[in-house]
Amino acid sequence: MSTEKSRVAAEFIKGLWKENPVFVALLGMCPALAVTNSAINGLAMGLATTFVLVCSSILVSLLRKVIPKQVRITTYIVIIATFVTVIDFVLEAFLPDIHKELGAFIALIVVNCLILGRQEAFASKNNIGMSIIDAAGMSAGFTFALVSIGIIREVLGNGSIFAVDLFGKSFEPWIIMILPPGGFFSLGFLLLFFNWMTERNKQKRSKTA
Amino acid sequence: MSKEEKMIEEGAEKEPSSFRLIFTLGFAGFMSGLILVGVFLFTKPIIENNKAEALKKAIFKVLPGTTTFKTLALDNNGKLAEYNPSPESKKGEEPERIFFGMNDNGEFTGVAIHGGEPGFQDIIGVLFGYDAVGKMVIGYEVLQCKETPGLGDKIFKDEAFVMNFTQLAVEPEIVPVKKGEKQNPNEVEAITGATISSKAVVRLLNKNLTKWKTAIEAYLNENQISTPAKDE
Repeated sequence: MSTEKSRVAAEFIKGLWKENPVFVALLGMCPALAVTNSAINGLAMGLATTFVLVCSSILVSLLRKVIPKQVRITTYIVIIATFVTVIDFVLEAFLPDIHKELGAFIALIVVNCLILGRQEAFASKNNIGMSIIDAAGMSAGFTFALVSIGIIREVLGNGSIFAVDLFGKSFEPWIIMILPPGGFFSLGFLLLFFNWMTERNKQKRSKTA
Repeated sequence: MSKEEKMIEEGAEKEPSSFRLIFTLGFAGFMSGLILVGVFLFTKPIIENNKAEALKKAIFKVLPGTTTFKTLALDNNGKLAEYNPSPESKKGEEPERIFFGMNDNGEFTGVAIHGGEPGFQDIIGVLFGYDAVGKMVIGYEVLQCKETPGLGDKIFKDEAFVMNFTQLAVEPEIVPVKKGEKQNPNEVEAITGATISSKAVVRLLNKNLTKWKTAIEAYLNENQISTPAKDE
């Protein structure tokens, strides 16, 4: 029982940290750079991706014995594209402002390698429960990454966080941070930080051993 | 290896028939189509309602004092007439429309005109209010803008620039000038660092005014409409 529990925890946490889709696996770079000019946009993109990833994982895991191996990728793409179009319509109907802000990048969730990757590597080989845990962990990691980049860019580039003004009128925003180069700068620094942390942990472990 | 995994392995060894492959894909496509049509039909009225609301809000904003409006479009004779979308008219075939604003007393407040013009990044979409009697632009709202944040997006974020369009004479034509050099009522002070976006807005106004001016004047004369405050 306890091993089952610890496996669940491990599957979830690996997506957040050890196999974080953005900071470690470098997947989904397109939305990670393009829509993270504010924290709220990063969060919205993360949640939209979460919906698609979790729903697709459930369906793929459910149908894993029915779908012939030869046509699995095509079928996964059809499943993923369906959920992406659903979230596209739903956002346009109920959150038109967010939909306008994210624009074409919602439709582009279809080609996010993270989603197809998880179907092929995990959902098609594991039961529904584990697939949901894996999808939730990976989505949480992806959302965490997008929000982190969004926060850095919004604080420096607009002087606010989640649209709440931080510094008042005297602050001169670093416009470049909300322009495309700011995305690369922020992601670069976060990758540096992540690699440094991983390296430090490794060294600590080898010392104690 | 678990039981499940063994079963998958064994299943994979046998080559499935072509029929099964085609059926799987066909079925996936069919189900996907069903779901999408359902969601589309469910969200379509809400999406259209949202768009109509946004346009309505913008019309009231660019024509101060307006409480109701009529939608006009050019008829076959090139004259403005009230536009009622017929149920047969397909999407994309609708004519260009302008909006004729009125206040509580049914008096004319101005015409709201929508136009698009390429800016620095993409098409800038603007709805502006035109006082056809006083020959002035009286309101301005950017509906679509992907200009550079911090520079080009000042066309709607910079209050000083937006103030250009509260009483802007349109004759002989609107002219962009550098900041601080405005002398005549038909001049617009451009945004420093976003000249292309500013000029695009001016070009948009001039183009759409030329396009609609004659038809609007003819319509006003025909219906003997004038604003009470600026009677000529």
